[in-house]
Amino acid sequence: MVHQYKLNGYNIVLDTCSGSVHTVDEVAYDVIAMYKSATQEQIVAEILKKYGHLDGVDEQEVLECLEDVKALEESGKLFSEDQYEKLAYTYKNNSKVIKALCLHVAHTCNLNCSYCFASQGKYQGDRAIMSFEVGKQAFDFLIANSGTRRNLEVDFFGGEPLMNWDVVKQLVAYARSIEKEHNKNFRFTLTTNGLLIDDEVIDFLNKEMSNVVLSLDGRREVNDHFRKDYAGKGSYDTIVPKFQKLVEARGGKGYYVRGTFTHHNVDFTNDLFHMADLGFTELSMEPVVCPPDDPYALTEEDLPKLFEQYEILAKEMIKRKKEGRGFTFYHYMLDLKNGPCIYKRITGCGSGTEYMAVTPWGELFPCHQFVGDPKYSLGNIWDGIKNEAVQDEFRACNAYAREECKECWARMYCSGGCAANAYHATGSINGIYQYGCELFKKRIECAVMMQVADAEEA
Amino acid sequence: MSRIKTIETKDIAKTVENGGCGECQTSCQSACKTSCGVANQQCENQK
Repeated sequence: MVHQYKLNGYNIVLDTCSGSVHTVDEVAYDVIAMYKSATQEQIVAEILKKYGHLDGVDEQEVLECLEDVKALEESGKLFSEDQYEKLAYTYKNNSKVIKALCLHVAHTCNLNCSYCFASQGKYQGDRAIMSFEVGKQAFDFLIANSGTRRNLEVDFFGGEPLMNWDVVKQLVAYARSIEKEHNKNFRFTLTTNGLLIDDEVIDFLNKEMSNVVLSLDGRREVNDHFRKDYAGKGSYDTIVPKFQKLVEARGGKGYYVRGTFTHHNVDFTNDLFHMADLGFTELSMEPVVCPPDDPYALTEEDLPKLFEQYEILAKEMIKRKKEGRGFTFYHYMLDLKNGPCIYKRITGCGSGTEYMAVTPWGELFPCHQFVGDPKYSLGNIWDGIKNEAVQDEFRACNAYAREECKECWARMYCSGGCAANAYHATGSINGIYQYGCELFKKRIECAVMMQVADAEEA
Repeated sequence: MSRIKTIETKDIAKTVENGGCGECQTSCQSACKTSCGVANQQCENQK
């Protein structure tokens, strides 16, 4: 399968199954578009009719272009066949290891953001804090189920994990004390709203966490619209100096300043540029996850505006990089030469199989977005997986699980998409969250364009 | 190939034989927590 599009002055051709990327001129663009549906004579006639008045476009030239396309096809870089569907199922059926946990150390929060998918950290339940004993058992469960995987990831999540700070520190110390004997390497992430960050927190996070996710929605008025404390005070003025101090002291270790955009700030690139102007260089900005009748839900009318925003973002990032003040946007990070293998690309995100969320009381869910939904309770960290029917459903989730994905050029980039988004939009983890798909495809088009621009520059 | 320029990319088809070591980061852990992107994850096995 081939996907062709024009963006920022580039004519881009993606070959889905090989991952090949080509930039072409107008003639080759049209030749490739017709290659599988027209005869050689028809292609030559059509091209000469459209471009024959241009210098260098004659029959011989068109035939040479056709030869080039054929050579690329024969070398597996154009119109390559998809031979991976069986692999997606066998790989996941054969791999029974767990390698990542989202540890809900605090089902409570010191902010009261009305758009929170986790209902102010409570996940539709009661406020709760994870004890050290439960957390310790979660680590033991992870190690016991991780097989030969060496790199294990644990995200301290909430709610607000800094509201259970002592337990976070104790759990990190526990994990460090056992990782060598088990030949494991723990990679920790902590996701925080920032309110409780102080010097001690900064020192610890910068020493122990390979990644820190700092929640900020961008401009003060945008951030403070939703991100308020229980007294109604916005968080911006409190958290921005703390985030700046943390990042400055981080010494190049990984972090993201991560925001959510809603119907109220469809011009979200201005929030990203604001973050960049505050000195942050590792940025992420996600569309809000909420029911469609919420007043801040993104609408169909927003979609073309969002497409435009993603293009503005890509062009501005190219410009700022040239000016020596570049920044990273999570969804535009593509490494075309050293990116993921085919198995990563087709087997889905791993939720419910190699990745799970653990509640403060030790219950297991396929991921953080299913926490609180009793249908999706998988079991617990003492007895393991009990709900094998649900786990099997997740095990069958991959880039080929939906008929629509089999026909989609982007399946090797999203691996079939987010099961939680599909579930919330359609009632099934095997449904299609079309809105999210449209945004995702636009982001990939922009990300590839940026790689093309980089290559052209070089 | 004057009309077509091919950008250097990893040949996905060739990675079938490696079997998938599984050591790479779980995509949702890094930043988004609300979508699934796998193409932006780093490969841990660059041999």
